Amino acid sequence: MRGVAVIEARGLRKAYGPNVALDGVDLRVEEGRILGLIGPNGAGKTTALNAVLGLTSFEGELRVLGRNPWHERDEVMCDVSFIADVAVLPRWIRVSQLLTYVAGVHPRFDRGKAERFLEKTTIRSTHKVRELSKGMVTQLHLAVVMAIDARLLVLDEPTLGLDLLFRKQFYDSLLEDYYDGNRTIIVATHQVDEIEHVLTDLLFMDRGRIVLAASTEALEARYTQLTVHPDRLAAARALGPIHERQGLGRSDLLFDGVDRERLAALGEVRAPGIAELFVAVVGQRAAQARGPARQA
Amino acid sequence: MEPSTLNEPASEARTNAPAEIPAKRRFLWLLRRELWESRSIYVAPLAVAGLIVFASLLGAFQLPEKLREAHGLAKQQEVVAQPYFFAALMLMAVTFIVGVFYSVDALQTERRDRSILFWKSMPVSDLETVLAKASIPIVVLPLLTVVIAMVTQIVMLVVGSVVVAASGGSVAALWGHVSLPGMWLMLAYHMVTIHSLLYAPIYAWLLLVSAWAQRVPWLWAILPPLAISIVERIAFGTSHFANALGNRMGGGTEGSDFAATSGMMDPLMQMTPGRFASSPALWLGLVVAAGFLAAAVRLRRLRGPV
Repeated sequence: MRGVAVIEARGLRKAYGPNVALDGVDLRVEEGRILGLIGPNGAGKTTALNAVLGLTSFEGELRVLGRNPWHERDEVMCDVSFIADVAVLPRWIRVSQLLTYVAGVHPRFDRGKAERFLEKTTIRSTHKVRELSKGMVTQLHLAVVMAIDARLLVLDEPTLGLDLLFRKQFYDSLLEDYYDGNRTIIVATHQVDEIEHVLTDLLFMDRGRIVLAASTEALEARYTQLTVHPDRLAAARALGPIHERQGLGRSDLLFDGVDRERLAALGEVRAPGIAELFVAVVGQRAAQARGPARQA
Repeated sequence: MEPSTLNEPASEARTNAPAEIPAKRRFLWLLRRELWESRSIYVAPLAVAGLIVFASLLGAFQLPEKLREAHGLAKQQEVVAQPYFFAALMLMAVTFIVGVFYSVDALQTERRDRSILFWKSMPVSDLETVLAKASIPIVVLPLLTVVIAMVTQIVMLVVGSVVVAASGGSVAALWGHVSLPGMWLMLAYHMVTIHSLLYAPIYAWLLLVSAWAQRVPWLWAILPPLAISIVERIAFGTSHFANALGNRMGGGTEGSDFAATSGMMDPLMQMTPGRFASSPALWLGLVVAAGFLAAAVRLRRLRGPV
């Protein structure tokens, strides 16, 4: 049985003049998932998220919680929150004004919850946003967003430019105080390793297309990373790795759909990390794209 | 422990479906937001009002002498009433300037500082946002002008009375020369007809430019009307557009009446709402204003951060 769809896209397309940012994306995100959106710069991640958030027009079909976000942004935003890539809170606003405003216009905002979260930080209600450090502004935005009882939270590089401690705190707060199994969270980021352990689903994008979309369990079942010594390398290569990386006196090979038992006979096997998988899958695509050109 | 206590209100909120926020209340919050961001909306006229009261205090000391010098009732009336008219004129001028600056910035600043991404993450439509911003120069500022002018003139009258009484003059004569209710009625009429209705397309144009321009909104605000005037002048040898614009800025027929009545006895005589309401220029202007605002709404939807 399939769960409730939070996002449904079919043939989603967006072009800026001759540049195609989204090239026919099909996507279905169900309730309760934590989806990592991973891709190189210019892959179309932000464009895809902007389409979901009603910030950009698009071709094709897109439903967010059953509505068209471009035509019904204000309705969609009752149930969707988001934190964008850089601090977007107005610099002139006072913390107390911000909370008052959101409480005034947002039907699902719980001011008390935001205040309790802020009590744990050094942010005071008399502060203006311009007086806060970058990390504090992100904390403030997170406090506002976490106090909104939304069904979908979209994070686009939410921890960009923050130090390690803030970044860790950010995802910890999100998991402990916000995620309840019913909410859906989409995170687009380059700092893959930080969110690896929280994700339930992965989506790789490259040049406007989805390259890979699967749950993390399915990926673990499908891909295997094998570390072999040089003497076994030829045997391992015979099994058709999709990616190979030379290490010190040994090689890391990534296999797609090869039986793990067979690989274990050759060396050390484990589930690949997102970063390795990404390099292999997106790198492979790039090589394929270059291939015919070289022959011509 | 902490996370569980934090989670409680959330689950509670979800079981009782949150009540919708009525559009009217949401609109008031949008207006409040504008006043938080652009404090000059009320600070500038209040500062001018303070200045006027201070100046009128200085002027009050010369009033008894001036009254003695002025011969004839009309002359005396002019001497007494003029500062009150002048106060109202100054407040109108400053709120007009504030309104122009506000409109040029209103939809541009949020894109420049990227805060538009935050505002758009709230369940507020672009139409509501643009209407809230448009109602600052078209509704809030004229209203504020009338209220501040009324208070200022009352304070001026009290100050004047105290000084005149202290110098042994006749307070009754002073009050007889100043008819505040009549002045207020005329001021309110003037604000509604000219500053709200006649100027609406000007403010709407500035808001449209504010939503349109990626940079230098002032240039976009000024150049197109200038270009139209120049092309019309050179191509057809006429100046209809420039004249119409100048006429509107001057307040049309209602404006010339106001200027003429500044020293007159009965300003009520000069109000011609019937003639005003039946002027095609008024209605054409309002249609144009609506068109500009509709375009601004569309642009706010399309345009992201600068």
